[in-house]
Amino acid sequence: MSTDTPNSVQETETGPPGARPTSVLQRDDELSEHHVYEPHRVGLPPIGTYVKRLWERREFAFELSRTKLRAQHFNTVFGQLWLIINPLLLALVYFVLVDILRDGSRGPQFLAHLTAGLFAYYFVSDSVRQASRSVVSAGRLILNTPFPRVLLPLSAVLTAFKRFLPTIAIYVPIHALSGLPVGWHLLWTLPLVALFALVAAGVGMLAAAAQVYFRDLASFLPYVLRVWLYISPVLYFAQEVPERYRAILALNPLGAPLTAWSQVLNSGHAPSADVLGLSLAWAVVLLVAGALFFVSREREFAVRL
Amino acid sequence: MPSASEGPSIAVDRLSVTYRTSIERSPTLSGTLLRLGRRQRTVRTTQALKDVSFEVPKGTVLGVIGANGAGKSTLMRTVAGILPPTEGRIEVRGRVSTLLALGVGFNRELSGRENVVLGGLAAGLSRRRLQDKYEEIVAFSELEEFMDMPMRTYSSGMYGRLAFSVAVNMEPDILIIDEALSVGDARFRRKSFEKMRELCGQDRTILLVSHALGSIRDLCDEAIWIHRGELRMADEPDAVIDAYTTFLDVGEDAVTLEDV
Repeated sequence: MSTDTPNSVQETETGPPGARPTSVLQRDDELSEHHVYEPHRVGLPPIGTYVKRLWERREFAFELSRTKLRAQHFNTVFGQLWLIINPLLLALVYFVLVDILRDGSRGPQFLAHLTAGLFAYYFVSDSVRQASRSVVSAGRLILNTPFPRVLLPLSAVLTAFKRFLPTIAIYVPIHALSGLPVGWHLLWTLPLVALFALVAAGVGMLAAAAQVYFRDLASFLPYVLRVWLYISPVLYFAQEVPERYRAILALNPLGAPLTAWSQVLNSGHAPSADVLGLSLAWAVVLLVAGALFFVSREREFAVRL
Repeated sequence: MPSASEGPSIAVDRLSVTYRTSIERSPTLSGTLLRLGRRQRTVRTTQALKDVSFEVPKGTVLGVIGANGAGKSTLMRTVAGILPPTEGRIEVRGRVSTLLALGVGFNRELSGRENVVLGGLAAGLSRRRLQDKYEEIVAFSELEEFMDMPMRTYSSGMYGRLAFSVAVNMEPDILIIDEALSVGDARFRRKSFEKMRELCGQDRTILLVSHALGSIRDLCDEAIWIHRGELRMADEPDAVIDAYTTFLDVGEDAVTLEDV
């Protein structure tokens, strides 16, 4: 099996499971494992094996997310209700704030834009917040069990996604009551949610790994996330941004996807190609950067915790 | 392709592990920026293991002894694949289950059941297999009525019992037990010692780190002595224990031989 690459760790499973004496449990190929551990500096493990292990242990990410939600009373009526009331109140407060600043000129369609943008934004920021804590708070598990650590921030994104789902139930009546168009173009929301998830996963992995080295990032993060909201086209329409601030919108990884989000939901047409292209570019860049940073660092986490 | 049953279970070849640990209380960005301004460094390099080589044939029970801080736990973590080696190479054939000094239960707010399930899934067990094992784990630990309580409510004895039950009931090819035999009350200790004896009698490779030299002598086929990161001796348990106790100059009194 082994190619003797220096500076890498190889974990390879060899041999068919049936090659060894019996027992019902041996059906799992878990039992014939073969690991080789070799030194490395900062470097990537063999990607194929890593992804395979990641996939084998996906149940862990699902179960971790379920457990986290159970701890947040997601399964109870009031827990669910709180997940709906909280963002709804937030949307109303922001609406009144913006409407006052705009001399009361904002209509129900703006409320729909604000609510949709806010909920999508909170999906991303909730992911990043939970992901940033995921590695540091799994201390003992990391010290005792070898597994692909990237499951921890990915599970946080999954948790945030499940918390995002009930907010759709609030948005739907607001969309309908404010008389916004309904049609096939709304299917664009599905790939856009996927784009938000990719951005969330990328930034989440960066934040999770960075938190291991700099614990005080936990106290900076709320400010960063608040600023991120204010520079995103949520409290205003993207087309209202004056020329001199356009650069901020383009440099903000959520600028383009949130613009596309509003184009689909509020303007009622498919997102324009340039906005969609920029969204996709940001999502891919962040995902690759986040994954590379996290995976190349993760074997050091056990020493750093 | 070599079958998993060929060759030694564990082959450690010229292994060295060097840590760069930060001696800050907690690593912070502001701390780092302040230090950059002052051009201070707070990273200390510790060589935990130096040029250690040994092999463990399949089915061997290997005792690992040495003073506190000798590098035993680092060695166990490296064999388990948790810490990467700095130099050298480790080859492990088979699935490893670890009972390291820190035990299970990474989240004290979660219940015993949730911790066991998450730990098992992270270790790569399938959900079906975990369900089969779960009952055995709970039965062995005798913690039935506590499994749905948060682990912060557990006493340290209960904590240790659960950790021991998880590790020994995973049916691993290779079991690594780091100073965790003396958990629980006298009765549970006897029970865990019996379980250890049973496991040692099977065709299973076990690494047993313990300060209880009596149990090393009783259970192990071979022993190694780690001293300040170096492999001082590898031999029959009796010979290694004799050399170790002579070195410590404590003699084989009741304290070092204390059972389990």
